[in-house]
Amino acid sequence: MTDPLLAVSGLTKRYSRSGKIIAAVDDVSFHIEPGETLALAGPSGSGKSTIARLVLRLIEADTGRIEFEGSDFLSLNGAALRGRRARLQMVFQDPLAALNPRATVARVLDDPLRIHHIASGPERPRRIAALLERVGLSSGLAGRAIHEISGGQRQRVAIARAIATKPSLVVLDEAVSALDVSVRAQILQLLLDLQREERIAYLFISHDLGVVRAIAHRVTILEAGRIAESGDARSVIDAPQSVIGKALVAAAPRLSRIERDVS
Amino acid sequence: MSPLRRFLRTPEAIAGAVFLAALFAVALAAPLFFPGDPQAIAGPALLPPFQDWSLPLGTDRLGRDVLAELFHGARTSLAVGLAAAAAALAVGAVIGTLAGFAGGLVDEVLMRITDAFQTVPAFLLALAFVSIVGPSLGVVVVAIALGAWTGPARVARAEVLSIRERDFVAGARVIGMHPLEIAFREVLPNALPPVMALSSVIVAAAILTEAALSFLGLGDPNRVTWGGMIAEGRAVLRTAPFLSIIPGVALVLTVLGVYLAGEGVVETTAMRRSLS
Repeated sequence: MTDPLLAVSGLTKRYSRSGKIIAAVDDVSFHIEPGETLALAGPSGSGKSTIARLVLRLIEADTGRIEFEGSDFLSLNGAALRGRRARLQMVFQDPLAALNPRATVARVLDDPLRIHHIASGPERPRRIAALLERVGLSSGLAGRAIHEISGGQRQRVAIARAIATKPSLVVLDEAVSALDVSVRAQILQLLLDLQREERIAYLFISHDLGVVRAIAHRVTILEAGRIAESGDARSVIDAPQSVIGKALVAAAPRLSRIERDVS
Repeated sequence: MSPLRRFLRTPEAIAGAVFLAALFAVALAAPLFFPGDPQAIAGPALLPPFQDWSLPLGTDRLGRDVLAELFHGARTSLAVGLAAAAAALAVGAVIGTLAGFAGGLVDEVLMRITDAFQTVPAFLLALAFVSIVGPSLGVVVVAIALGAWTGPARVARAEVLSIRERDFVAGARVIGMHPLEIAFREVLPNALPPVMALSSVIVAAAILTEAALSFLGLGDPNRVTWGGMIAEGRAVLRTAPFLSIIPGVALVLTVLGVYLAGEGVVETTAMRRSLS
């Protein structure tokens, strides 16, 4: 068996709030295989978004190890880290907040191609058009400003940016939570198609177990920064063992409906 | 309603814009109406205004045409005011962005330097700088900018501190963008509107500082300035007060015009921002 794509062990992040030290993430370990989707689920405040930011080095961990593609991801710095980021991308919850409000669609997609020297200047407009079509958008959208397109289109642009550098892992931080139900199903379908065709692994962060059951292979349920339980997505959600798992399942009444929308 | 229409509905803004437009016209037209040297002698000394229609505003102690001096002085006032304000805004925005975005030691050092500049009165700083380096147009611009960049720097830093926590900055880091590119291409343009709102105050202050420096004889000696004209007229204040009053009124109208028009622009754009 090959090494996992991402192996996180003993990850801990503490914050001190008014003198008290609170562990936002407390000794969390998990791994993701190539082409696999691992979901991190849990109520708000359970530390799932903090884990996403730790894995992406947007914030630094206090202790723990992150191995990505067989090398120590936490030891990288400066240009080496920026170069490595091509392989590890992220899609945020609110695409309007996650894209520069002054940018055009073309510029958003041009940046990763330019920074990672994926395509030369004159070649980039063609690559941008191809990326837009890849995520189901018209290439005519390239000249539009970010604030001129719809929320669903924006999230597709954000996904196009994330896959522009051909990453092996994309962190999806509540990437479909802000979308309305019909758009959500389309975006989930797009993510599944991309995963099948390009063998991208997802770290899928969500509080919605219905969506998790539809897209994830495995799930890890968090509570207060610790892992409550983890295992095969369907079996965990169908028969949760932990208290928090049961509570989350009880709070997700429309499991079958979302699944039907996706498949 | 478009910002232009809203601007045109504000009477103060229109008044300011009209003053400013007239001033620009005067500054641009100066070499057309008065092609010669404005500091050349044009007639008898101390001719009062409205006596000789070839010299409508009269002449000063040396017989120089006051209207020609006024026109050419507008060029200096506008050039120095705009250049000094542009320099102050640019330097302030860059330093504020660096301090706010980098944080930590860089922030501490840059903000302590800002404090140091802010504790010295701006005019004293300009005075000292011109006295040491010597009066010329470029030096006067730098001297004024030296005391004016701290305001924009503080505003830019405060704005950057909030913008750098936004998701699109995290997104730029995730795609591997260099921190300097993030600071200046992603963050700075979004931090500019409140910084630019300071521009009318800074231009107005720069025009006044330039006039004050010229009044003290620290302006560029090769150029006519309104401050210099006021100083020149001071010697004959009792017999020919118009020599000080005319450039004084021009100065007041200019500063008022800059301020009103600037406020009008800020007001209308602020409304647009809050509406969107």
